[in-house]
Order: sequence, then C-alpha cells, then structure tokens
Amino acid sequence: MLYALLCYNSEETVFSWTKAQDDAVMAKLGVVQDRLAAQGKLGPSLRLMPTTAATTLRKSDPPMVIDGPFAETKEQLLGFYVLDLGSLDEALDVARELGAANPGGAYEVRPLRSFQPGALPEAAQAG
Amino acid sequence: MSEDIAWIDAALTSARPRAIGALLRYFRDLDAAEEAYQEACLRALKSWPQKGPPRDAAAWLIMVGRNAALDGVRRKSRLTELPDEDAISDVDDVETPMAERLDGAHYRDDILRLMFICCHPELPATQQIALALRIVSGLSVKQIARVFLVGEAAMEQRITRAKARIAKAETPFEAPGPVERSERLAAVAYMAYLVFTEGYTAGHDTAEVRSPLCEEAIRLGRLLLRIYPAEPEIMGLTALMLLQHSRAATRFGADGAAVLLEDQDRGLWNRDMIGEGLALVDKAIRHNRPGPYQMQAAIAALHARAARFEDTDWAQIEALYVGLERLTPSPVITLNRAVAASKVRGPAEALAMIEPLAEALGNYFYFFGTRGAFLLQLGRDEEARQAFDRAISLANTAAEAAHIRGQIDRLTADAKARAS
Repeated sequence: MLYALLCYNSEETVFSWTKAQDDAVMAKLGVVQDRLAAQGKLGPSLRLMPTTAATTLRKSDPPMVIDGPFAETKEQLLGFYVLDLGSLDEALDVARELGAANPGGAYEVRPLRSFQPGALPEAAQAG
Repeated sequence: MSEDIAWIDAALTSARPRAIGALLRYFRDLDAAEEAYQEACLRALKSWPQKGPPRDAAAWLIMVGRNAALDGVRRKSRLTELPDEDAISDVDDVETPMAERLDGAHYRDDILRLMFICCHPELPATQQIALALRIVSGLSVKQIARVFLVGEAAMEQRITRAKARIAKAETPFEAPGPVERSERLAAVAYMAYLVFTEGYTAGHDTAEVRSPLCEEAIRLGRLLLRIYPAEPEIMGLTALMLLQHSRAATRFGADGAAVLLEDQDRGLWNRDMIGEGLALVDKAIRHNRPGPYQMQAAIAALHARAARFEDTDWAQIEALYVGLERLTPSPVITLNRAVAASKVRGPAEALAMIEPLAEALGNYFYFFGTRGAFLLQLGRDEEARQAFDRAISLANTAAEAAHIRGQIDRLTADAKARAS
C-alpha cells in the first residue's frame, strides 16, 4: 500500500539549526532513505521551504489570495515522503526510525488514495 | 547528552524572542525579563532531556519564567507565608493552553516591542546591532565582542550603557495603533538590515566570525515575516538578505581578495537561499506596493537568475536602479546605476553619469574603484591608476584593498608588456 509520511516540526526551531546540525540530520535520514530505496519502497520525497515562502488561495467567491500557509499551526508541514509499504505497522516503524534521526515534531502516516508519478523532466530541480 | 543539549539550545534560541517579549510585557523591565528567561532555560535544561521538549517551547518558557520570578519576589518580600516548595516550583507540567490564552493575542506586539526597543534613535547603529544580538538573538557578550573585534569587558560595558539608556527612555507597553505599528516595523526592519550589513561587509579575515550575523539577520527577517505575513517590504528585505548571502562562499578568494560578481563561481552559490529569495520576490511583486527593499531584492534576483555573468539582464537592472533612485535618491544608488548603464551603453556614458558625484562621494572607496574601472575600459590608464590609488587609500578592509591592488598590478603588467 502507498503511504504518505507527512513531516511536521516547528519551522522556527528547524530553521534555527546550525548548518552542522542540519547536515547531521540529513545524513542520518539519508541512511534510512537509502535502505528504503534499495528495498524499492521509497517514492518521491521532498523538503519544503519555510511557510514564509507560502501563498494560499482560498476558494471563496471570488478566490482570495493570502500570504502565508493555509493553516497557522504550532508545527508546520515541512516535507513528505511517498512510501510503498506492507502495513501501517511498517509505516510506523519507518516513522520511528526517521524520528530517531530528527528531533522534535511529528510524522503523520496517511494512506494514499491515488498516486500519479507525474512526468517532470529529469532536469526539473528545486532551487 | 551533549547532543541533546545542542538540540534544546536550538529550541530555546527560536523561542527566545517570543518568550522574552512576553516576559518584558509582564515585568516591564528588561533585566527582570532576561533573568526570568534565564531561570526558565535552566529549568528547561533540567526537565526537557527527561520529559522531552514541550510542544510549544515559548509558552513553556513564559509560564515557567513568570512563575519563577514571582516566586523570587514572594520569597524576597516575605509578604506572604512561603507556600509549600513543591507546590510553587512544580511548574514543569505547565499547561500549554493556559499560557497560550495569556499570550496568543499579544505575541506579535511583544516581539515587535522587543525588537523596537533596540532601535532607540539615540543609540548609534553599532549599539543597536549589539543590543539586538544580545536581547533578541541571545548571542553571548563574548560572541558579540568577537564580531566587533573588541574585548569582552568593553562590549559588556557598551551593552550595559545601551540598556541603561533604553531603560530611561519610555518604552511604550500598550498595544500600538496601526500607524505606530507600521513605524515600529520599519525601524525594526532597518535594524535587521543593519545586522545583516554588519555581517556582509566583513572582510575575508573577519567573514568567518561575522557570517553568522547574516544568518541571524535572515532569521529576524523570517520572524518578522511570520508575524506580518502580508508586508511586501518585509518580504523584500528577507529576500534581499537571502539572495546576497547566497553568494557568501564565493565573495572572497583564497588570498583574501574580494572576488567581483563577474568572477564568482556561480556553481557555489547557495541554491536553497536563492530559491527562497526568488519565491519571496515573486510574492512581494504581487502586492504592487514597491519599496526600496523590494527593488534591491529584485536587482539581486536578476543576478541570481543569470546562469552566467554574460546572461545578466543589465537593462532591467538599470531600470530598477532608476526606480530605486526615485524612491530613495542617493549618490550611491546613482553610482550603482552607472555600473549597470556601463554594461548597456558603454563606459563613456557611465563615466559621465558619475562625474557629478565626485564631491558627494569624495571619500567613498567604491566611487574610485568604479571610476578606475570605467577609465580602464576607456584606455585612460594613467587616470585609472590615480583612481585606483585613491580607492586603496579609502579601502575599509584588506579584501577591498587587495582587489584594487590586483587591478593596479594588471595595469603595470600591461604597461611593461607594451614597453618591451
């Protein structure tokens, strides 16, 4: 089954990490990701810019454009993984493993209803 | 354990402005607020490694800091019988919702006030920066002293004096009206920009020490943006800082000389910062309320978008400088416009543009560096040499001087080559 693993954390804290701290987290997450990739379980994964870079379109009539994220929350959605896993238990195990590498916040395990891999050219990169 | 402390430290740092801002509102005294915050931090370091950090670190620190300080007052004054020690100090399980009710509505003004008191107009810029780094960012006096290349004791004294000055000044504690709020925001934005430029104008030799100032300023920008998400100038300011700082790794050569934009290795520019900066410029433009930070950010964005120096859209950059000149006329902006103009219409016209600035910029390093470069392009070597000599005598950092010396060496080498 396909799961989305939504990564929530306080962006103020995450964006206060030193580069060394950030690199250390990414390296530890990388170990888990590499294993999942080798097992053919890792789909697209991505990291979002801070919510200060977000813009929201509210579907009022007429639609209203608002600066900032849709929801103001204590922890912000900072990224997500798409994973192909056998069960909720396995998904929670992955979340535990990733959580051990990444202090604070929460992972939301959300089963996917549909998935379109899209067709972005190889060259399309963030940044 | 020590690793735990590093993570807790990041959480404390990010919670600091909101926590101290709220404590300042309670105690109406900066020292008392800082003391209460320190006490709360000590308790956090004891409690968080065991219980895990609370969901809302700032709310926890506000509650614990406030209770601890009230405790101290009670004990000192002995007005009331001392309650059972456990009852008053067991605030580790503080309920977040309660603190939130107390502070949720205020935190925007709290943070703004905290930053605003550092912008006291009587304080010279360097003291505003030092104070902001100490109070808002929580850098240690030692760290700040290193940035300003002074001794710790001297910096301690400077900060104490600055604090005494703002203690005497009347800090407005009631919620500001809309006009005052926007004035405060402008002052605070400028202060963040000062922190940034203090880091950005560092020479090669001080860049390592000062570069954290740029990151700190960017953090302040994001913080302002979070509390005022729809202010295009705050978007512009944050974008400007991100785009400038994205080039940090390439601005100085191994020998310490400043590296010009055209010679920088664009592959080493920080793509994360550029991406965020460009996103913020896009957001700001949508508001159609241009301002100086947005214009400067838009100029920086055009540089960031050019894959190679040759791809730079100089005509558009010149147009933006014209707009910036209209908003905030200054000879320095005209000088920058001339640089863009020289790429579009050649050095002769650009030189004519900057001649009238000679008086206003007679002591300005970049004026003579730029003039020298135009003259060099026009083949007027001797005049170029004179301009470069003058630039060196006005250089603020060794890196600037080293760059100009490189130009002079090239001139000399060319002359020798022609002579032989």
